[in-house]
Amino acid sequence: MCLAIPMRVISIEGQRAVVEQGGARRTISIGLIEEVKAQDYVLVHAGYAIARVDEEEARRTLELIEQLAERADRSGVQPPDESGGAA
Amino acid sequence: MNQDLILLSHGAGGQLMSELIDAMFVSGFDNPILRAREDSGVIELAGERLALTTDSFVVTPVVFPGGDIGKLAACGTINDLAAVGAQPAALAASFILEEGLEQSLLRCCVQSLRAAAEEAGVWVVTGDTKVVPKGSADKLFITTSGIGLVPHNLTISASAARPGDAVLVNGGIGEHGMAVLCAREGIDLQLDIGSDCAPLNGLVRALIDAGCDIHCLRDPTRGGVAAALNEIAQQSRVCIELREESLPVAPAVRTACELLGLEPLQVANEGKMLVILPEEQVEAALAAMRAAPYGAGAAVIGRVVQGPPGRVQLKMTVGPTRVIDRPVGEPMPRIC
Amino acid sequence: MKYVDEFRDPRVVRDLVEAIGRVPAPRVRLMEVCGTHTMSIARYGLRELICERADLISGPGCPVCVTPQGEIDWFLEAARLPGVVAATFGDMMRVPGSYSSLEQERARGADVRVVYSPADAVELARKNPDRQVIFFGIGFETTAPAVAMSVLEAQRAGAANYSVLCAHKLIPPALRALVEAPDLAVQGFILPGHVSAIIGSRPYEFLAREHGVPCVIAGFEPVDVLQAVHMLLLQVAEGRSAVEIAYGRAVSPDGNPKARAIVSEVFDVADARWRGLGEIPASGLAFNAAHAAFDARRRFEVTPPPAVEPRGCRCGEVLRGLIAPEQCGLFAQRCTPRAPVGPCMVSSEGACAARYRYGSPGGRA
Repeated sequence: MCLAIPMRVISIEGQRAVVEQGGARRTISIGLIEEVKAQDYVLVHAGYAIARVDEEEARRTLELIEQLAERADRSGVQPPDESGGAA
Repeated sequence: MNQDLILLSHGAGGQLMSELIDAMFVSGFDNPILRAREDSGVIELAGERLALTTDSFVVTPVVFPGGDIGKLAACGTINDLAAVGAQPAALAASFILEEGLEQSLLRCCVQSLRAAAEEAGVWVVTGDTKVVPKGSADKLFITTSGIGLVPHNLTISASAARPGDAVLVNGGIGEHGMAVLCAREGIDLQLDIGSDCAPLNGLVRALIDAGCDIHCLRDPTRGGVAAALNEIAQQSRVCIELREESLPVAPAVRTACELLGLEPLQVANEGKMLVILPEEQVEAALAAMRAAPYGAGAAVIGRVVQGPPGRVQLKMTVGPTRVIDRPVGEPMPRIC
Repeated sequence: MKYVDEFRDPRVVRDLVEAIGRVPAPRVRLMEVCGTHTMSIARYGLRELICERADLISGPGCPVCVTPQGEIDWFLEAARLPGVVAATFGDMMRVPGSYSSLEQERARGADVRVVYSPADAVELARKNPDRQVIFFGIGFETTAPAVAMSVLEAQRAGAANYSVLCAHKLIPPALRALVEAPDLAVQGFILPGHVSAIIGSRPYEFLAREHGVPCVIAGFEPVDVLQAVHMLLLQVAEGRSAVEIAYGRAVSPDGNPKARAIVSEVFDVADARWRGLGEIPASGLAFNAAHAAFDARRRFEVTPPPAVEPRGCRCGEVLRGLIAPEQCGLFAQRCTPRAPVGPCMVSSEGACAARYRYGSPGGRA
């Protein structure tokens, strides 16, 4: 369980914030998290922000995966052909 | 579990509703025209093919972003006629009014109905009015019926899809359902798009005039594209494959569906027409649709392929293919 | 969608599938314990993509599925009380209790309302002072803070007509019960990303330290899940066992202390009964004395008829990862999303529903 999607904070008023993502916006509670400011992204679950999205960590994660692929290409390792129809 | 009661899910356009219609109405009224399960019933009258359709509108809230129940009532019936290739010739409109309804709200809805009918080139020539005690109706229910002639050379039917055919739609999916759901109390999501409610007889006319040999037409209302294509796949006994990357979905619809745990393919549309026709005619069809009203976003979303008859599947952007079912009942926002 | 699309990029998915293929480890059995993971894996066909390297099974991560029949029956009885508005997340509407469901009760005249947020239920209470609004509090550590917050908000607003049936459960004690059971054969855990956003990574350390099971905390997009699988395979290949975080953009080792404090302000940890797992000590939440006034159980005198477990239903074994959905005799035969017997099929994220709905062509009866 835990449907939560990242949404960008547009404005804050006390314990409530207006958040937005791709043309949809809602007023939610930010009472469960610390230090959030406008333009931050937060994870929204059941009308509450439960965590701030760390931009740096998001970038790092994708970079790590990119490096995996580069290392594999460089070392000339042929991966087994099991990408299951992704082609 | 006691299954004898009618549930809201029985009206949601999904599996439960389909079962109810079959067991209660198609069996109950039993005749070959009804058994064909097309969007309009087509009868032979005085040498002509007359299409007749009816639809009830009970939407809540009565006024929503992009329209109101009046506009919906006109477009729904006009589109059911268009879906068998008929141009609307006349409409009837019955009103069930709840005691206490503001006359100004009623006037507004009547004006919207008229405007949509005018756009489609048709009059409301007859109707009915009933008032029920407070609590017996949610402000206002409208039932519209429509008639139109089907050109003799057209053989559009839900059982006419063939392997190799292309599946097209005239624009973004899931807009009406999400606009209405998000406007409801307790959801309160503001979207930058509204209902796509629109009369599509002009769009269908453009396709016919372009000489397209249309196999199937269906307006994917409750139950969404998923329900409509499942019905066609079943009646034509074919397999339909959609491509995820080709599905037109407005960003706001996408976000709202992700937030509430819903699938755009299972959400209602009121201004969309699914068009199935031979592959060779795709270019001509796209050109005709894109030049027609409400067709600017026309796109190919899939094909009729070799596969188990009655199945609809989605080739996902990440690679694998999965089955697309009709929804069981009403789309329910979830947190898990 | 930012922070979503990048983690569904087919090229990144392909890179990860290839990386997974390169890890020199035997084929492993990995368990996830989060219904949203169950859904994500089924929806994106991830099982298919990595079936040569890993067998992905579902554990007791669907809060709807693990809510015992008795609790559902209690809420259904309460919904029938005059003057009550039964507010619930949409997930619970079609779940069968022993005799009925919320959807059926609504058809019989109960005032049942689906809300997106417990805050909406408090709003209902404020707008309808002459009614009693009871909210069905299901969910794990991700949702408990929101429900706790709603109680505090109701208190602040003076909405004394708001109450909650607290059915919240906690993941780490269930994991402990699972890993201590003799019949569990799992080489790694994919841990729930949003539960972990609240509780951090420390509560899971016992799995690695005491039981030597590799663990990775994962997000929910295809890239997130595949990355977790890759990291788990590396642990297995290198003979390590640790609790690693693959979902760094949302999870820190310390989690969200503020959210946890709000939960503690309203709830105490208590023993709880899980469908399929039985009674697990200290695995659920219950109202503390200070907020007992909002406890629906204390406010309402409700005695549902004795709970009845449906015959032939093997949800308990599915929940413990002992059998796959297809191995239940009722799967896709008598038990379908259209007419579900047990909660694993009706819950949108139950293992059986996910397998049925998103089964790949040919994978269904």
